[in-house]
Amino acid sequence: MIWTAADTWTAATAVLAAVACALCGSFLLLRKQSMLGDAISHTLLPGIVVAFVLTSSRRTGPMLIGAAAAGVLTAMLSEWVRRLGRVEASAALGIVFSTLFAVGIIMLRMMADHIDLDPDCVLYGSLDMVALDHAVTLVQSPIEPGAFGLFGHLAAVLNFGLPHMTLTLVAVFGLNVLLITLFYKELKIATFDPDLATTLGIRASVMHYLLVALVAMTVVAAFEAVGSILVLAMLIVPAAGAYLLTDRLSVMLVLSMVIAAVAAVGGQLAAITVPQVIPETWFGVGFVDTTTASMIAVVSGVLFAIVWLISPRHGLISKFVIRVALHLRIAREDMLGLLYRANEQMDADRQTGARDLCRTLHLRPLAGWLALPGLRWRRQIELRRGQYQLTDRGHQVARRLVRSHRLWETYLDQQLDVPVDELHFPAEQLEHVTDPAMQRELAAHTDGPEVDPQGKRVPPFNADSIDHDER
Amino acid sequence: MIALWGATRSPRRGGRSCLSGALALIVMLVCPAPVFASADQEKRAGRSINDTRLEMPTWQEIGRVVRLSDANTRWVVGGVTMLGLAAGIVGTFLLLRKRALTADVLAHATFPGVTLAFMMTVAIGASGKSMLTLLIGATVFGVIGMLCILLIRNTTRLKDDAAMAIVLSVFFGLGAAMIGLIQNMPVGSAAGLQTFIFGKAATMLASDAMLMFWAVLGVAIMSILLFKELSLICFDAQYAAAQGWPIVRLDLALMGLVVAVTVLGLQSVGLLLVVALLIIPPAAARFWSDRLLTMTILSAITGLLSGYFGATISALVGRMPTGPIIVIVAAVVFVISMVMGTKRGVIAHAAHQARFRARTRRHHLLRDLFEWAEQHGDAATTEPDDHRPTPRVSLDHLLNLRSWSSGDLRRSVRHARRADLVTDHLDRTISLTDTGVMEAQRIVRNHRLWETYLITHADVAASQVDHEADRIEHVLGRELVMQLESIAAGRQPYRVPPSPHDLGQSSPAN
Repeated sequence: MIWTAADTWTAATAVLAAVACALCGSFLLLRKQSMLGDAISHTLLPGIVVAFVLTSSRRTGPMLIGAAAAGVLTAMLSEWVRRLGRVEASAALGIVFSTLFAVGIIMLRMMADHIDLDPDCVLYGSLDMVALDHAVTLVQSPIEPGAFGLFGHLAAVLNFGLPHMTLTLVAVFGLNVLLITLFYKELKIATFDPDLATTLGIRASVMHYLLVALVAMTVVAAFEAVGSILVLAMLIVPAAGAYLLTDRLSVMLVLSMVIAAVAAVGGQLAAITVPQVIPETWFGVGFVDTTTASMIAVVSGVLFAIVWLISPRHGLISKFVIRVALHLRIAREDMLGLLYRANEQMDADRQTGARDLCRTLHLRPLAGWLALPGLRWRRQIELRRGQYQLTDRGHQVARRLVRSHRLWETYLDQQLDVPVDELHFPAEQLEHVTDPAMQRELAAHTDGPEVDPQGKRVPPFNADSIDHDER
Repeated sequence: MIALWGATRSPRRGGRSCLSGALALIVMLVCPAPVFASADQEKRAGRSINDTRLEMPTWQEIGRVVRLSDANTRWVVGGVTMLGLAAGIVGTFLLLRKRALTADVLAHATFPGVTLAFMMTVAIGASGKSMLTLLIGATVFGVIGMLCILLIRNTTRLKDDAAMAIVLSVFFGLGAAMIGLIQNMPVGSAAGLQTFIFGKAATMLASDAMLMFWAVLGVAIMSILLFKELSLICFDAQYAAAQGWPIVRLDLALMGLVVAVTVLGLQSVGLLLVVALLIIPPAAARFWSDRLLTMTILSAITGLLSGYFGATISALVGRMPTGPIIVIVAAVVFVISMVMGTKRGVIAHAAHQARFRARTRRHHLLRDLFEWAEQHGDAATTEPDDHRPTPRVSLDHLLNLRSWSSGDLRRSVRHARRADLVTDHLDRTISLTDTGVMEAQRIVRNHRLWETYLITHADVAASQVDHEADRIEHVLGRELVMQLESIAAGRQPYRVPPSPHDLGQSSPAN
């Protein structure tokens, strides 16, 4: 892999595009209008073509205006079709953007001889051309292009300006930061609670179109670099990743920018490294590199997948761990309850080996084999001659559980008239989520019964046991 | 709700609207023909040097394509037309299931499948443009993309839209990255794949078109066979589930049909626009009918005609991609349907609203006249059998009673006079006729019954009730009035009950 000065420019431009997109994309995601980003990125095409036809130039200004107008037009037209034609919102969006896009393609074909607008460039962007753009400025510069290095770059930047694509992106990023800081409170309220916003005197629809215009501007600026469809990856994917990591809007905005920047640099790296890793034997050829924009989309997808797996609160792994932990705790508590009841019945012949416990509780062997060491480690049970016995500490925990169970049975019987033979199952579930305070409440509501509806003794409340349990 | 409307609609009426809708669609779609004629004349008139307009076909060429004399054209046009038909049918269910944009995501998600299949076939030395392998690759990735959407939606707190946007953009990115690789491959060029993005039916081989034709025909037949099951999940999935229908499997079947249409449409419509073929025809058909069967038929016809014109024009005009033409034909039908549709079209809706407003104004006018007569102690108003003239009320007085403009008032007086409900006199006053008295009695009765109901059962204050009753009285049906009568027991039937509040209090605001 060779990282050249051109790569630095490409990566810098990509980071700017990604960060600007992530900022306004976050709001789009929170408003559940992600596909509006997709629609806007499609309808830029007719906007740009019309701008070409009207001004017959490739200057950035007319292009930006034409595309932004097309973006706002998409939002307004689809809203119009939705309200006037009473068509469902997403369908209205689909109808409007596909039609406008079709018009754009046909215009492009009709004007093909007038305009050198490459459809490939529209789709995949021309991020890899940033360097060429810059090279032109360098060639024109009096400084020897050989004398490179960090300071060389800086000099080039200061003296001869940035590539225009980069410059546009800097401006648009600044606009994003400015508008979002200025209207932070309004955007936040209008995003999460449009009705509250209206009662507070914030025009939710004005905020909506402000956001749409901002997204359109950003998408236009980024579109030139990354193409019409991949821009959606920059808008939504980092924001979605950040949304899985935090519940605070400000943190989410920062995180989405971080993810976007990592994806941009990672995409550039991947574009020049991953293709070389593909063995020559697979496709019969060795590859050198691929387009940066597409790899940014892929890398942000990979980053999203990682966040999806390992996010501390919403990740797949943490959800799995929490569920397994809960499952094991219930298994442990059921075992304690079983041993307590065995003691209670003075059944000396009762087999309480590991296998018997699992069989009685219908536990899967794996859960049983994990739960038993957990109990021993907590010193709640001990093994005597192949049979498990409750220790004193285990006895106290078990007594609290059985007390909860039987209090619930009493309560369900007294207050809710549940038939006696259906009492066990709900009580079995509720006993695991009953804390001492709720147990006191239950006892108060059922007048502290001595025996439960099935005639079994309700173990008395023992204050010392709680200290042990709470550990 | 739609199902309810459909169910209560009489079959005769549904059939008529179906026929008129279909006729309207056909008439609309025949229109593009003159476009060719004018272009042809222009061509004969001579062209300037820097004229880069598209080559326009001669009449002879048009005739050859329209008559389908060429075997290749026959299959291509037939295939694309059939595709439009199948998409129209499948799209109806997709639209009603509110999953319209899923098709867009699926289409984009097939892109890496197409490119990967291309690379693999090139690697084993075969021609990369074998349709079947590309379609298999597309199907595999379409299904993976769909599963990813479901997985993201079900295991994270992200909503549908975000899941769709993520899958769409990341999968497309993967495909674009592979296009970047293919451009480095010495053997193949990605040129053949271009048609998969923008769609170009004219480049299809007859064998590919034949494959598409039969496959799409199969999809259409499948969706007709599953008609009842699919309509169940479109209208009330929970009810269907409660009745024991396998909702998840039916949903998957619908998605499978969508994947099939999307993948088969790739080469002719292109992955960027195949979604339009699935959404626009059913959305256009929705304006003409409330019945599912009628809507499906209209949608299928729209899709079929869009497909036919798209394929024909693309075959005639050299550089034109098929997809955009199909979409534009469908969009024209959509716009016309949206404006003219007999059921939910803009004009029909506006006319309905105007009729409702006129009726409301007439009710107000008659009630005002009646109540004025009542207040001025003329018992005649309550006894229509005495043919005594009702008192005259001046227009200026009526104007001040409500917030209506003098134009509104004049218009409703004119309508009421035409219906022989009021007579107007020379001194700018009007009075009720005998029929007017009867009608006014009915209206005032409804109003007061509803007011009494609101006061006794809904605890609305007597001074407020006039305004509240005003909102609902215009839509009270006969059965509801009878129920109100039975609630307001003790009142003499068919007589106007006295107003439950002071008439002077009735606020002029409404």
